[in-house]
Order: sequence, then structure tokens, then C-alpha cells
Amino acid sequence: MDLETLLSYEWGIMTPEFIILGVATALSLMDLFMPKSQSRKILGWVGFAGILAALVSLLGLIGHGPESILFDTFRLDSFAKAFKLLLLIGSAMVLLIAIGYEPNEGLEEFRGEFFYLFMAALLGAMIMSSSGDLITLFVGLELLSISSYILAGMRKRNLHSNESAMKYVINGSIATAITLFGMSYVYGLTGTTNLKEMSGFLTSIYNEQHIYLLGLAFFMIVVGLSFKLAAAPFHMWAPDVYQGAPTPVTAFLSVVSKTAGFIIVIRILFSIFANAPSGDVQGLPMILALQDYIAFLAGATMITGNLIALRQRNIKRLFAYSSIAQAGYLLVVIASMSLFMFDTLWFYLGAYLFMNLGAFAIIQHVTHKSGSEDISQFAGLYRRAPFLAIAMAIFLLSLAGIPGTAGFIGKLNIFMGALVPNEGHYVLVSIMIATTVVSYFYYFGVMVQMFFRPAADTGKVKIPAALTAVIGTSLAATILFGIVPNIAFDFLQGNFNQFTDFFQ
Amino acid sequence: MNLAYFLSILVFSPLLGVLVLSFLPRTQESLIKTVGFLATLPALVLSLIAYFQDRAGAGLEQLNEKVSWIQFGDSGQLGNLFSIDYELGLDGFSLIMIVLTAVLSTLAAIASIHIKKEWKGYFMLFLLLEVGMLGVFAAENLILFFIFFEITLIPTFFLIGKWGYYEKENAAYSFLIYNGLGSAVLLIVIMVLFARTGTANIDALMAAMNADNPQLVAPISENMKMGMLIALLIAFGVKLPIFPLHSWMVRVHVQAPPSIVMLHAGVLLKIGAFGLIRFGMGIFPEQFQSLAVWLAVLGVVNLLYGAFLAFVQTDFKMVLAYSSISHMGIVLIGLGALNEAGIQGAIFQVVSHGLIAALLFFLVGVFYERFQTSSIQNLGGLAKGMPITAGFLLAGAMASLGLPGMSGFVSEFMAFLGLFKEMPILAASGTIGIIMTAVYLLRAVLGITYGKAHRDFAGITDMKKFEFVPVLVLVGLIVLIGVYPSVLSEPLTSTLETIMLGIGG
Repeated sequence: MDLETLLSYEWGIMTPEFIILGVATALSLMDLFMPKSQSRKILGWVGFAGILAALVSLLGLIGHGPESILFDTFRLDSFAKAFKLLLLIGSAMVLLIAIGYEPNEGLEEFRGEFFYLFMAALLGAMIMSSSGDLITLFVGLELLSISSYILAGMRKRNLHSNESAMKYVINGSIATAITLFGMSYVYGLTGTTNLKEMSGFLTSIYNEQHIYLLGLAFFMIVVGLSFKLAAAPFHMWAPDVYQGAPTPVTAFLSVVSKTAGFIIVIRILFSIFANAPSGDVQGLPMILALQDYIAFLAGATMITGNLIALRQRNIKRLFAYSSIAQAGYLLVVIASMSLFMFDTLWFYLGAYLFMNLGAFAIIQHVTHKSGSEDISQFAGLYRRAPFLAIAMAIFLLSLAGIPGTAGFIGKLNIFMGALVPNEGHYVLVSIMIATTVVSYFYYFGVMVQMFFRPAADTGKVKIPAALTAVIGTSLAATILFGIVPNIAFDFLQGNFNQFTDFFQ
Repeated sequence: MNLAYFLSILVFSPLLGVLVLSFLPRTQESLIKTVGFLATLPALVLSLIAYFQDRAGAGLEQLNEKVSWIQFGDSGQLGNLFSIDYELGLDGFSLIMIVLTAVLSTLAAIASIHIKKEWKGYFMLFLLLEVGMLGVFAAENLILFFIFFEITLIPTFFLIGKWGYYEKENAAYSFLIYNGLGSAVLLIVIMVLFARTGTANIDALMAAMNADNPQLVAPISENMKMGMLIALLIAFGVKLPIFPLHSWMVRVHVQAPPSIVMLHAGVLLKIGAFGLIRFGMGIFPEQFQSLAVWLAVLGVVNLLYGAFLAFVQTDFKMVLAYSSISHMGIVLIGLGALNEAGIQGAIFQVVSHGLIAALLFFLVGVFYERFQTSSIQNLGGLAKGMPITAGFLLAGAMASLGLPGMSGFVSEFMAFLGLFKEMPILAASGTIGIIMTAVYLLRAVLGITYGKAHRDFAGITDMKKFEFVPVLVLVGLIVLIGVYPSVLSEPLTSTLETIMLGIGG
């Protein structure tokens, strides 16, 4: 590749990624050269400003038509734009939570790493959402994963944090290996790593053995990625990792990393398998023929997540299972494959981002002072800090899908998508609704603590500004999208045109 | 009168109270109680205006509101499909329910004077509950209905769990889970209808489901319709409650504070009946006809089961709880009859029982406040100590057992009239329930008023001034409906005609 071709690319579409990369580099250098005594919090604010700048540049690109550069490895389509928006907003809020993070044993000397690793992880996730090639997808995935492994172990003198990092590395690597193995079959069949070329090639395979091989690849990829999504039965790592990791990292894993997981699932499954034949008599495409397996995964995830959450006393473990359950709801969207799929997924991930990050900001604040993460720490919160208690209640109600909140509209959307196809997914919808009712038990359990139980400690709670910003934004968004969801839907319709350019 | 947003203002007016309350310091007990009470008044006034406008022949259609709200998918491509409007409207039936809700809310706010702690949180939730209840009846589409339906759930959970009696949290959880499951089933039906027809508007659905060649997004088979109706029956059966699904309701009646039970027995249970009539009969008339016999059977079972269990209770609250189950049986009997008299009787029973249950539970609150007990034995001899309260208690019991001249008589008479026309044998066995009602109510009430006195009534004041207001209003309404049923039947005429047209009667 000569310089001329290099310059002929429209690099402008990568501006958000460049900004994040630049800020991450700058942060690591600043951390290196800043005197030890100086507080690293300033780095957090720089990172935050960087994300905002990337957000602005992304908004500037929204009107930009679909475009791909670097031999179609990097593409900017509606899907990439819409989901990058979620990743950036999510990361900005996680960064604010991290700025307000004060663990007992102190984090001062590592705080700098904390921030630039977040930026690196975010960069990985963004690359994934824009990938048009298995190689870039995989590089993005690894960048995200490896940064997350380090982040999970950031409390270096805390036993749980170390355990968490260790478990995450081992489980994550195995999952990655399985995914990669699956990808290698597809590569072997098609001789290319480019998603578009693959999909074109795969429409014309007729050999029974090849189709069988492709099916095998499908399963391996799905299994590997299920680890990332923490979908049952591959969810075992999540509770331990979520519990041990520093709270901002838990928040990051449960929201940004999960969003990235769904991004890669959509990219791979719907690019590679959407046009491949399944070999059955009706000539269904492979993705439809294997729909039931995703449905099974969704059902199992919802049931496992919600049922095990009932027994949790540790709030972070509780939220780990809750986020497993939420991943199950999101898998229902993928399993139903309706014409609303992208909209629904985007809206629910957005709603989930706000409600979950808001809840994590409060969890961090309530648990870090006492050092205990038992849900009894929430006892009497309404007495001590009415605003926090009411905000938390609204996040929990939204997670439980109660009307008036964004979570409800998201669920409504999911149900609709699942029931629209001619053979509606009744079983899946029934499981989803029934497990939602089960989830009332544990979400309301936290509320019972906050509102009914007397407080052990009657001291007033003072909230740092960064956390207030996160809680306030999340609260506003959760209620706003619950009452006038059309703001979001109009935005989707107006700017992303039904995501039709995903398949082009 | 400017009618734009009339219904929205009516439904959401209690929120004004919530707003004001949020700025009040939480120790200002009497101020908070006054604001809480005042906040229920706008809805009351507006609902009465609507009622009298309707009586004056102004037509309820002019109150309809419609604003486009959510559009799923691409509107350019899908047109009106998969859009949900914010639409409120009234017909005769929902008008009556709204008036009932507004009246009972105001009275329950008066009864809330007995609340002992955390008045601020209490009244905020109370008013939120009122918004939910009013909205349920004004909603013109299923999704909006469901939203308001769920909004009633959350405040009720907290009101029971925090301000109830000894086993309040258990009661709150069992309320939440039963009703959560009920609304889950309801949501499935709603979403299936919405996904397959592309609309959630009730009138549009009625038309779509009963047209010969409906325009649907995806087909709906006859079996599916039947399945959906049975699901509706379960969903609203939990609320009503219908016999095997009732255990949560007894717990709530006993554990919740009396002011909340007034609303719970008076309005919340009635949402079940409202939903069955509005959606069950309205959207699935053919299927409803084939299930009618079973409804009537369930009704008789409810009536007898409730009556016999009420007979053996020693606590007056338990008697009333089982009496509610028994009385809801009459609603089912009326619906099962599936003729005009029966359905009218069912609707009358809904209103009548709402008023009577509110009256009796208010009285429970009155003497619980003084004696901290509701055991029949412990309250014995009440007529000596509190003659006025005892007198009203007797009046309430008479209304409840269906004494002519009071509302209970009209509704029971019509419901049974309807059933005797269709299924005489079943109706005859049902009449045992009527006799049992008289037996258990008289046993309980006479036990309280004239029973052997176990306590010294010295120093106990009879009803206070403010306590007279709810009692007199309720007794007045009960007698009014009893002697002049047209106050209800006239607004209902058009609703009944529509229903009868649907079921081809």
C-alpha cells in the first residue's frame, strides 16, 4: 500500500476512534510524568472530556452516509453509529463513577492506569462496532477483553479483586479461543476474513458437508460469544468477577462490555449466517434455521439469572445475576429476528445503560464507606438520603420493567418483536414475562431494605459531584424515555433509516 | 367550559398534591393530612362535573383525547400500524367507575387521619394510587390501561408493606406476586393482540376481532382467541378475585390499613370486573358466550365458598374479606347470565359493593382506632359504648345482605333475575348463598353490637365529627342507588346496548 492510497481514504470517519486513541495515549504519558504526590483525578476529567469530544465528533458524522475504508475492514454504517453512541455515553458515565470511586485501601497510585485502561477498552468496543472484517473484530474484542482483565484486578491488595481478575482471564481466554476456532472454520470455507465477501461466498455453498461445517462454526462462535454476554450456561464467571472487581469496573462490564458483546454477536451472526443456506428443504437461511438455539440460550439465561438472583445477599452479586437476566431479555430480541430487531436492541441497551449505571453509582456510594456489600447496607436509606433512595427505587423499577420507566418501554418493544412473526415466540415471551415477575422479588427486596427497615447508621450521606451527575442523568433519562419514548424512536427513524445499510 | 385535556387533568390532578407534599417538611402532620385530603378534591369535582354533564345530555365523546405517543418501527412504511396513542375517553360504565373512584379516594383520605407515621410518604403514594385507578378507567387503549394498572401496583405494595398491621410485609409480597402474575398474563394477551393486529385501541380491536375479514398483521386463530380469553379470565380473576386465586386478597384485607382497604375493596378489586366486561366481553364476545356457563358456575362457587368461610371467622375483618369474595361471586353470576338484566346486575354489584365495602372498612378503622382489635368477641357490646357507630355498622350490614331499599338489593336481584332466565338450577343453588349472607353478617354484626361486653366502654368517645362525613356520604349513596337506581342505570344504557349488540343478545 503506497502513501497515495493511504491518503485517499476518508479518515474523517474514524475521528471518534482517533480522539479516544489520542486521549488514551496522552493519559498514559501524563500518568508517567506526573509527580507521584499529585492526585490523578484530573486524568479522569481529561478522559471524560476526551469521550465528550469523541461523542461530538460522532454526532457530526451521523448524517454521513455508509462508508468503508481500509479495504472494507472499517465501516461506518448506521449500526456502527448508533451503537457507538451507546458505548460512548456509557463509558463517559462509567468514567464519572470511577472518578468518584474511593475504596477503603486507597487507589491513588493506580488511579491513572484505571482511566487509560477504560479508554483502551472503549476503543476496542468501538472498533468492534465498526468492523467489516473478522480480523478487526477480533482485535477489537481482544483490546476490550485484555483491558478488562487488568481493570478487574485493579484493587491489587484485595483478595476478591485478584480472584476476580484471575477467573476473568482464564474464562475469557477459553471463550476467545473457542470463538476463534469457530471463526477459523468460516475462514477455511470461504478463504477470506472480510464479512461481506464471506456472506457473498456462503450464499452459494451447496455441499452438505460444508453446510454442516458452517453449522459447527456457528455453534462455536455462539458459545464463545455467550461467555462475553454472560449468557447461561456460560455465565459462571460473571458473579465472581462482578463481585470482586472495583465497582466502576463492574459497572463497565455490565453495561459497556455487554453492549460490545451484543455488537459482535450481531455483526458476526447477521453478516455471516444471514445468507448462508441451512440445507433444509424449505431453503431457510441458516440463521433462521438455528433460531431456536438462540431462543434456548435466551430462555435458559432468563431463568438462571432471575432464579439465582433470588438467593443473593451481596448487592454486587445480585446485580451480576440481574445483568445476566437482562442479557437474557436482550437475547430474546436476537432470537425473534423481527423487523424491529435493531431498534429494539438499541433502545433496550440504551435504557439498560441508564438504569444500570445509575444503580451502580448508588451501589458504589452506599457500599464503599462501610466496606460491606450486603444488601442490609441499604437499610433505612430513605431516612438518610431520600433522593438516593427514590432514585434507586426508580432504577430498580425500571430494571423490573414497571410502566413509567424506560425499562418498561424496552420490554414492550421486545414482546412486540417476539410476537409479530407468524409463529410468535409464545414460549419465549411467557418465560420472559414469568421471570420478570420473579425478578420483582429481588428488586423489591432492595426497596424493602431502603424504605421499610430502620437504618443502622443514621449519618447523613454526602454524594460526590461526579456521582450526582451520573445519578441525575440516569434518572432523567430513565423517566424521560419511559414517558416520552418517541424522542428515542424518532431519533432512530430520523437518522439510521431502519439500519438497512447493515447488509449492504 | 373548555374541554381540552379535561380527562387528563382529572386523571393527573392528584399529582399536584404529590408535588406540593414533596416540598413540605415531614413532621407537619396536620398540614400534610390536609394537603393530602385537598389533593383528592379536584378529581372529585371534575368527575362530578362530567357525570352531571352527561346526565344533562352533553355527550361524553367531547371529552375524548388523543395524542400520538409511541411509534414503533418506521411510520412511513407501517402507517398507523404499531403506533400507540395517548388516548383517554369515557363511556357510561367508565364514568361511573371514575366517580366511584374519586368519591372513595376522598373518603379514604379522610379515613387516613388514623395513619400514625410517615404521613408524607403515605399521602404521596396514596395520591399516586389514585392516579393509577382513575387512569385505568379512562384509558382508551390496552397498553395505556396496562400502564395505569401497573401504576396501582407499586403504591399499593408500599402502602400495605409499610403502614399495615403485624404481617404487613407478607401481605404486601403476596399482593405483589399474585397481581404481578396476573398482570403478566394480561400483558401477554395485550401484546399478542397488539403484535397481531397492529393496534391497541379498544374500539379498533373490537372491530378487528369481530369483523368477517379483518385486516390483521398476522393471523389469529379461533383457538388463540379462546386462549386469550381464558388468559384474561385468569388475569382479572386474580384481581376480582375468583375462587382458587383469592388467598392474597384475604391477607391484604386483614393486614392493610383500613383506609387502603377501602380503596382496595372499593376500587382495585373492581378493576377485575371492569376488565372482564370491557375486554373479555367486548373483544371476544363469541368466546365469552361459550364460557358463560363456566363463569356462572365459578360465580356460584365464589358466592357459596365466601359465604361459608365468612360464617366461621372470629375476626370481623376476615368476615368482610370473605364477604367480598362472596359478593364478587354475584358479579360473575351476572356476567355468566349474559343477558341484559344479568350484566346490569353485575355492574350494579360492582358499584354497590364498592360503596358498602368502603363503609364497613371505614367503620372497622373507627373502632380499631379505639380498641386496637377487630375480633368479634372482643368488640362485644359495642351498642352500649358507641351506639352511633353500632347503628351505622348495622346499616352497612343490612346493605350488604341485600335489604330492599338499599343498593345491595338492586344488584343481587338483577343478577339473579338474569341467571334464573338462563340457568334456573344453578341460580336456585346460588340462592343458598344469599341466605348464608344474611346469616354470617347478622352473626358477626349482632355479635359486635349486642354481644356480651368484654370491656369497659367508659371514656370511649363515639364517632367524631370528621368520621361522620364518610359514613353519611356512603350510606346516602347506598340508599340513593337503592331507591332510585336510575342514577346508575341511565348512564349505563348506551354501554349495555353496545355490549348486548356484541354478544348478539
